[in-house]
Amino acid sequence: MSDASFLSPARCPEPSDGTPPVVCFSNVYISFLGPAVLADLSFTVAPQETRILLGPAGVGKSVLLKLAMGLLRPSHGSIRLLGNEVTAMTEEELFPLRARTGMVFQESALFDSLSVRDNVAYQLIQARVPDEEIDQRVREALRFVELERTFDMFPGDLSGGMKRRVAIARALIRQPELILYDSPTGGLDPVTSTTIIELVMKQRDVYRTPSIMVTHRVQDAFMLCTHRFDTGVGHMVPLPKGETDPNTTFLMLDQGRMIFDGSLHELLHTEDPFVREFLE
Amino acid sequence: MIESTLKSVVWSVQEYTIYTWRAVLCLFSPPVYWTDTLVQADTIGAGSALIVALTGFFLGAVLALESDSLLAGFGATGYMGRFVGMTLLIELGPVLTGIIVAGRNASTMASELGSMVVTEQVDAMSSLGVDPVRKLVTPRLVATMVTLPLLTLVADAFGLVGGGWISIVRLNIPWHKYLTDAYATAGWPDVIEGLIKPVVFAFILASDGCFYGMRTTGGAEGVSRSTIQAVVTSSVLILFADFLISRIMIQLFP
Amino acid sequence: MGLAAEIPIPAQCAQATLHRPQMARCAILILFRDFEAGSSSRQDPANPMPSNTIDRTAKDIVFTVQEYSLFAWRALVNLFTPPRYWPDFLVQADIVGVGSAAIVLLSGFFTGGVLALQSSATLAQFGATAVTGRFVSITMIRELGPVLTGIMVAGRNASSMASELGSMVVTEQIDAMRALGVDPMRKLVTPRIASTIIMLMFLTIVADACGIFGGAAVTVFMNGQDATQYFSEAYEFLHYPDIIQGMVKPLFSGYIIASIGCFYGMRTTGGTEGVGRSTIQAVVTASVLIIFVDFLLTQILLTLFPPL
Repeated sequence: MSDASFLSPARCPEPSDGTPPVVCFSNVYISFLGPAVLADLSFTVAPQETRILLGPAGVGKSVLLKLAMGLLRPSHGSIRLLGNEVTAMTEEELFPLRARTGMVFQESALFDSLSVRDNVAYQLIQARVPDEEIDQRVREALRFVELERTFDMFPGDLSGGMKRRVAIARALIRQPELILYDSPTGGLDPVTSTTIIELVMKQRDVYRTPSIMVTHRVQDAFMLCTHRFDTGVGHMVPLPKGETDPNTTFLMLDQGRMIFDGSLHELLHTEDPFVREFLE
Repeated sequence: MIESTLKSVVWSVQEYTIYTWRAVLCLFSPPVYWTDTLVQADTIGAGSALIVALTGFFLGAVLALESDSLLAGFGATGYMGRFVGMTLLIELGPVLTGIIVAGRNASTMASELGSMVVTEQVDAMSSLGVDPVRKLVTPRLVATMVTLPLLTLVADAFGLVGGGWISIVRLNIPWHKYLTDAYATAGWPDVIEGLIKPVVFAFILASDGCFYGMRTTGGAEGVSRSTIQAVVTSSVLILFADFLISRIMIQLFP
Repeated sequence: MGLAAEIPIPAQCAQATLHRPQMARCAILILFRDFEAGSSSRQDPANPMPSNTIDRTAKDIVFTVQEYSLFAWRALVNLFTPPRYWPDFLVQADIVGVGSAAIVLLSGFFTGGVLALQSSATLAQFGATAVTGRFVSITMIRELGPVLTGIMVAGRNASSMASELGSMVVTEQIDAMRALGVDPMRKLVTPRIASTIIMLMFLTIVADACGIFGGAAVTVFMNGQDATQYFSEAYEFLHYPDIIQGMVKPLFSGYIIASIGCFYGMRTTGGTEGVGRSTIQAVVTASVLIIFVDFLLTQILLTLFPPL
């Protein structure tokens, strides 16, 4: 690890060209009792950009997302989220900042004592929005994930895929400025996975919210790159052959280090043996 | 509504009785799992010794403090050792040890067995030809019934020490007077009462803990529900049994 | 909790040629690393480090106490600053208060009954059975009411708080709440503490009353004494110090029950099994602490209000 950066931690550069990155990691380290889980990690997420974070299980992909939200603190390094230095903020200061972003957790993390409506409306209820407006916005959000009929149900009554979709609705309800997906297709069957990916794509192409999506399934990542959501027909359609979504780019982690950062084209033509092995 | 509640209560009691009876019968026919019994005796006895000693000590100290003002009201300050000793021996020692051990071990039993039930380990055990009641419940029952009286003795002893500490430091009663007082008045009926109670309480808390554990349904949430039910039911039952035993003992040894 | 991130100690720290500020920083980092490593060893069963040496256990305890104090302090301070979650407070008050009323009522009744039985047997030796009422009411109100109610509610509610919050931790619901911009300390912990403190006081009053009635039932129906005499003895010899002692104790016990239950719940690690472990630790710790604090309070209150 770089010792020079330890004594004078690097900072994310202040924006020079007027469009600051939504997220910026600079020389981030984190470890829990043992070797570093993430080491010397630097990357940025530009406005309107969708970053797909690939890597085998257990390399700290979820940790990275939690770091971005300040749910975990790095051992050292600098993390900027929506222009704020997360590492310098107290827990109290972080709550309003987190409310501007959305996160979809690995196992959905729905509150099982609350109905689907109350889960999706959680932030609105905290913000004391009137009931009629809540109902209307929750229906809208549930319509987006095509689960309007679950309005009065409880998380215990939903299947894994439905929970994931409700979690997406909960993350989207306030039109966040950044969305983090933590393995949204993990543990789902291929058909359900496609539905979830279609939702991620829909969100990308309709709202154009920047996002980071963690996944260990290469086929999901490729599908996001090679398809677009057609609002006219209401489902995804493949892009013309050879074309990819310009705003969807890749990051790849291995053993706590960033080993790849670039577009799909670069990913397919990289020489890195590990990346090649992972893709096959 | 009332009818169905009543029915379910009667049904639970009936189930509980049959099931406890089975667990007891298992003791008198081979195979008896002695190793499991020893392991359980270790978790319950050695595991709870520290907290029982601590509670006993502070309980004795509180009793001494309170008795000072209470007995002064009756003009009987000289009886402090006697008051502390007797109260600990026949009443508060057994009851508090029982309730503390219920909080620690009835809950452990319920959550252990409960999670074995919901992960189908108990069914797996039956399918392998091992009777879960014999293998899991009987050892816990026996181990608790053996160790709880010993734990109660620990609590009584530490309670006496705690009371002695207060009586020397705060009330200036010489320790030999305090101790002779505490010893001299305890007759055989009191000792018997003080040792019968923990055996009964042990039976209640172990059978309750295992019963609620074994009838767990509904995943992880069900397990925590059983755990809490086990603690609550066994604590209330212990207080109730304490009342009954006290009544019977007074009848037998007036 | 999850904040126990270990710091990477840079290789420079091993060199002898550091400037003073660098040296200080290295020293702090290394100290902190060792401290955290020691304190977390118990929570991590997969940790191959040999644990349970005396200094490690001691560090462990100190660290837990420190963490608990910070936790309990934050929860309490939150009471005095917005946002406050009143609906959650009411829901918890209902769960703790109404939910525990039945068991507190029952246990109070039997405790009073036993008190009357045992005390009248002893008092008979002095020919003083007439003072049973006084004995029952004073003992119940000063000592057994608060302690037994506390322990009963600890068994029921400290455990359910620990298991509720614990399963929210292991299913990431707490993280989800933080990600949605809501402080779990304010939303979950503070309402539980406030409602338990208030409700436990009322539950103790219920237990005291039931205990006195239980004692009356035994005295009148089993020992064949006069009810009027029992109640007048029970009432007349109660003084303000007794009442104060009986009402101050549950305030502290309530705080202990809720803060310990939430504390063990919030630091749960290790899946469903971890939840079970937290639940039991919460009950045990809360019960022992209640008895310990009961002793301290008795000592203090007897000094402040000497017996008449």
